[in-house]
Amino acid sequence: MAQKKTKQADRPVYVVGGCRTPFLKARGNPGPFSAANLAVQSGRALLARQPFEPDAFDEVIIGCVMPGPDEANIARVAALRLGCGKHVPAWTVQRNCASGLQALDNAAQNIATGRSDLVLAGGVESMSHAPVLLNLLMVGWLADFNRARNVGAKLKVLTRLRARHLQPIIGLLRGLTDPVVGLSMGQTAENLAYRFNISREDMDAFAVESHRRLAKAQDDGLLGEIEVIYDEKGHFYAHDDGLRRDSDMEKLAKLKPVFDRPFGMVTAGNSAQVTDGAALLILASEAAVKKYQLPVLGRITDVQWAGLSPSQMGLGPAHAMAPILKRRALTPGKIDYWEVNEAFAAQVLACLAAWQDADYCRSELGSDNPIGDIDRSRLNVDGGGVSLGHPVGASGARIVLHLLHVLERTGSHRGMASLCIGGGQGGAMLVERDA
Amino acid sequence: MIEQARDNVEQNDPTSEGTGAVGSTLRHWQWDEDEDNVGWLALDKGDASTNVLSAEVLEELDTILSGIGSELHGLIITSAKPNGFIAGADINEFTTLKDQSEATALIQRGQRVLDKLEALKCPTVALIHGFCLGGGLELALACRYRIADDDARTKLGLPEVKLGIHPGFGGTVRLPPLVGAPAAMDIILSGRTLSARAAKKIGLVDHAVPSRQLRMAAKATVMKPPAQRKAKGWKALTNNVVVRTLLAQYLRRQVAAKAPEEHYPAPYAVIELWNKHFDDPKRMLAEEAASVARLVMGETSKSLVRVFFLQERVKALGRVKGYDPKHIHVIGGGVMGGDIAAWCALRGFHVTLQDRQYETLARVLQRAHGLFKKKLKQPRLVQAAMDRLMPDIEGLGVSRADVVIEAIFEDVEAKHNLFREIEPRLRPDALLATNTSSIPLQVLSEALKKPERLVGLHFFNPVAKMQLVEIVSSEKTDPQVSQTAAAFARKIDRLPVPVSSTPGFLVNRVLMPYLLEAVTLESEGVPAVVIDKAALKFGMPMGPIHLADTVGLDICLSVAEILSKHLGGEVPQRLRDLVNAGYLGVKSGRGFYEYKKGKPQKPKTDKEYTPPNDLTDRLMFRLFNECVACLREGVVEDADLLDTGVIFGTGFAPFRGGPVNYLQNSGVGAMQSKLKELAGRYGSRFGEDAGWAEL
Repeated sequence: MAQKKTKQADRPVYVVGGCRTPFLKARGNPGPFSAANLAVQSGRALLARQPFEPDAFDEVIIGCVMPGPDEANIARVAALRLGCGKHVPAWTVQRNCASGLQALDNAAQNIATGRSDLVLAGGVESMSHAPVLLNLLMVGWLADFNRARNVGAKLKVLTRLRARHLQPIIGLLRGLTDPVVGLSMGQTAENLAYRFNISREDMDAFAVESHRRLAKAQDDGLLGEIEVIYDEKGHFYAHDDGLRRDSDMEKLAKLKPVFDRPFGMVTAGNSAQVTDGAALLILASEAAVKKYQLPVLGRITDVQWAGLSPSQMGLGPAHAMAPILKRRALTPGKIDYWEVNEAFAAQVLACLAAWQDADYCRSELGSDNPIGDIDRSRLNVDGGGVSLGHPVGASGARIVLHLLHVLERTGSHRGMASLCIGGGQGGAMLVERDA
Repeated sequence: MIEQARDNVEQNDPTSEGTGAVGSTLRHWQWDEDEDNVGWLALDKGDASTNVLSAEVLEELDTILSGIGSELHGLIITSAKPNGFIAGADINEFTTLKDQSEATALIQRGQRVLDKLEALKCPTVALIHGFCLGGGLELALACRYRIADDDARTKLGLPEVKLGIHPGFGGTVRLPPLVGAPAAMDIILSGRTLSARAAKKIGLVDHAVPSRQLRMAAKATVMKPPAQRKAKGWKALTNNVVVRTLLAQYLRRQVAAKAPEEHYPAPYAVIELWNKHFDDPKRMLAEEAASVARLVMGETSKSLVRVFFLQERVKALGRVKGYDPKHIHVIGGGVMGGDIAAWCALRGFHVTLQDRQYETLARVLQRAHGLFKKKLKQPRLVQAAMDRLMPDIEGLGVSRADVVIEAIFEDVEAKHNLFREIEPRLRPDALLATNTSSIPLQVLSEALKKPERLVGLHFFNPVAKMQLVEIVSSEKTDPQVSQTAAAFARKIDRLPVPVSSTPGFLVNRVLMPYLLEAVTLESEGVPAVVIDKAALKFGMPMGPIHLADTVGLDICLSVAEILSKHLGGEVPQRLRDLVNAGYLGVKSGRGFYEYKKGKPQKPKTDKEYTPPNDLTDRLMFRLFNECVACLREGVVEDADLLDTGVIFGTGFAPFRGGPVNYLQNSGVGAMQSKLKELAGRYGSRFGEDAGWAEL
């Protein structure tokens, strides 16, 4: 496999702040917040804490997979609503599940090359507000109906309306299905479980642990990056509400597979939750840090994107993280903490297995030896997508932000954040702090 | 045409040398004729920032109109002032009228000019931006077409009833046939203003267009004049004599529910005019003039005009050049703090609201959302207002805000602690205000390193409705700070009345004896309903018993106790008993009345029952006597400010022009002897204040 080169930046890139909304599980009906509202609610508190005015940003970059119909270029919508002013440009990026990470990468690049000094970047997703679309048959029918000039003609068109016209396209389901290989994301996870021999028990145990870790993090107050948000009906939201404190093996074992029915192993219980949320970070150059005396949370020191078979998309992190280690001559043991997004328990476990699999490392990752173990006690220490949800556009930004907080809290030096990406890609970001 | 206009002007102007262009001889109007012989006539009232139809402006218009000949293709009337078209008649002229016949003459002169405008052979367009009110709209109605700027600042209306009169330049004659009776009566009787879009919807204007198209639209209209607008179908039918008679009865009932005829005769006069004379426009016009002349010389209109000028005066108090606050930080998410925050956000400010509890902040946001939806309607604007209102549990806004308003619970120590905590974080130029209603500023400012920066901004509940804000100063308060506070009050469209930091300030102090007397009366056996009715009859907006229930009896009791400690007097046992029994008023579902869904369930009174003769006097003289005391003690600077405060803070019968005005109109001597009688009967609580001698 060809080793991709990421050009080393001349200018360091600092993360100087960030916050996120609680992640709110989608429960059928559209949730209380649109994507833009999530971005605004988390962003305005973050901006209120800064010593500079919101119009000091050079740009705003936000990742989002499925903005609502009123949220075209949602980054611009959010920037204007946050009071960044008309002169601050804003753009939206989309790389499916890693859109938030993509936004950070773009912000980091522009700071590294000197194009920007201060960037608001992150991700947002309101999966419960994913559009439901008319099918093409219906669109065509509507066009005919509007073209019909008189009542007679309209009635004639009306008689052509059939039940199949009314079959809606659920944007969320389509978004979670690979358009090239035709597999749902869950089915790609089933592929990995098959390939690396991961059992249902392994997956469920992973899920239980994810919930246990999140519960502990909530109890110990380790999720300080969460900003309480408010709806218009007198409610407020302070915590990730997908957490199931009562989660155990017995309960999880009862769940039926959702993707490969009836014999599959991937269930709603060992997959990431469909969730609404936003995470925003402030990235700054050295000059901006000095100018505003900003507190440095850490540095973004490397980024890698990788491609692989869409039907194995869950192995993306294994492919994206490996070149960074190689390039920096690091072994897994040199990474203090890991955040690998939990799209599926099977998928994270498969990434770990792949790095221990000599054959896979040689044939797919270009490494003569197995890359090695990732210490599970240093991976997703405060829970992940399975317990707190995976609002697709936001997760990349969330894991980087949380990873930096974990490094800060533990006085550690180096962390790796990575996600698998629908369509067969992986993205990874190396962050460092001067411990 | 220009020549003719000039000739006419010159005849009226003996100093003219006869060589200047029209522009130089016209003082208020600008004339321009374009290549298509369309006349563009812009009103630019001399030495004024706002256009009003003064006698001089109308005279000049008369002259111009006389000069218009048949070669003119069209006339477009517009305004050269950026703030609007025409704000109405010149209200200053009202105050100089000697008698009814002089008033009639003034009105008829105006009517004749607009008749002349209406009778022009060429198409005429009123091109409207900003406010177009009263006489301004009547002028527009005399044009064949009206085109309005589709902008939030455009406001059309006939607010004359608010001054105790009704339209007098043909408004009552021209509006009903144009838009139909229901819409016309709604506009005239309510005095409310319409947006350009709403005006287009009911047919008041022909087009509501973006400002970039105003001139094009006007030109296109005069070049190819369409049929003139007129109410059609059922709308036209509402002016039919049979329908009209029925509708008039209905309207009278509607109006009576809000304003009795003896206090507010103008709306009734409008209904009468329309009902009796609609079929004879000439006659109707003459009757309209006579009716307005009658009304304008009446007590109600005089009082309401007075209130208008009182309002203008306090508005001017808040004029501070260059003061431009952007960020308001409110501390305390209770009803007052929350509503103040929401109001500021509604008025376009960036607001941070600090409270210790998420639940409280969530409740405030819900209430605010309701307010925004009601006031702003368009979802986009509601969202923008919500974006401006940020819940701020950490108090991040303190160090950034231009104005910080403390509205936490009434506890000296809590407020002291808060001030100590925030003072070092405040911007040096930030205004620091407290919404306290009962703690003297002298006491509160003790906790501050710079006590001179603390000022009171005392809002009234409900904030969105009550226009008054008492600007409270202690002897320590820097006058500059008080000035800034008044300017801020104006920025959020409230009326500032400066008061000194004495117990109860002005409004609560004069209100309390009145409320307590009502409680005493009730405990003497006078039914609450009867007491409330007497106050309503006097012209108060709500009866004192109902008001006490609405404010909350516990709050009434605590204010009463604080005030009686400083000012003497007794708190009726009945009030304590109710509070002890947990009957706190509307909020607990029961006070003096029982409440269902916030509405009092008023028991029917015995028909045999006759209230005491001095019921109204007992209520009102307690209030009057306290007003006199406030004036003597200098709680407010003068009687006019006192009247302003009491009218806008308590809703005191505006048609009586304020308590002091009422005393003076009724004869101070006579009122004094009434008070003496009451003192003879009821003792010291009616003891004459020393200030009466100076009235």
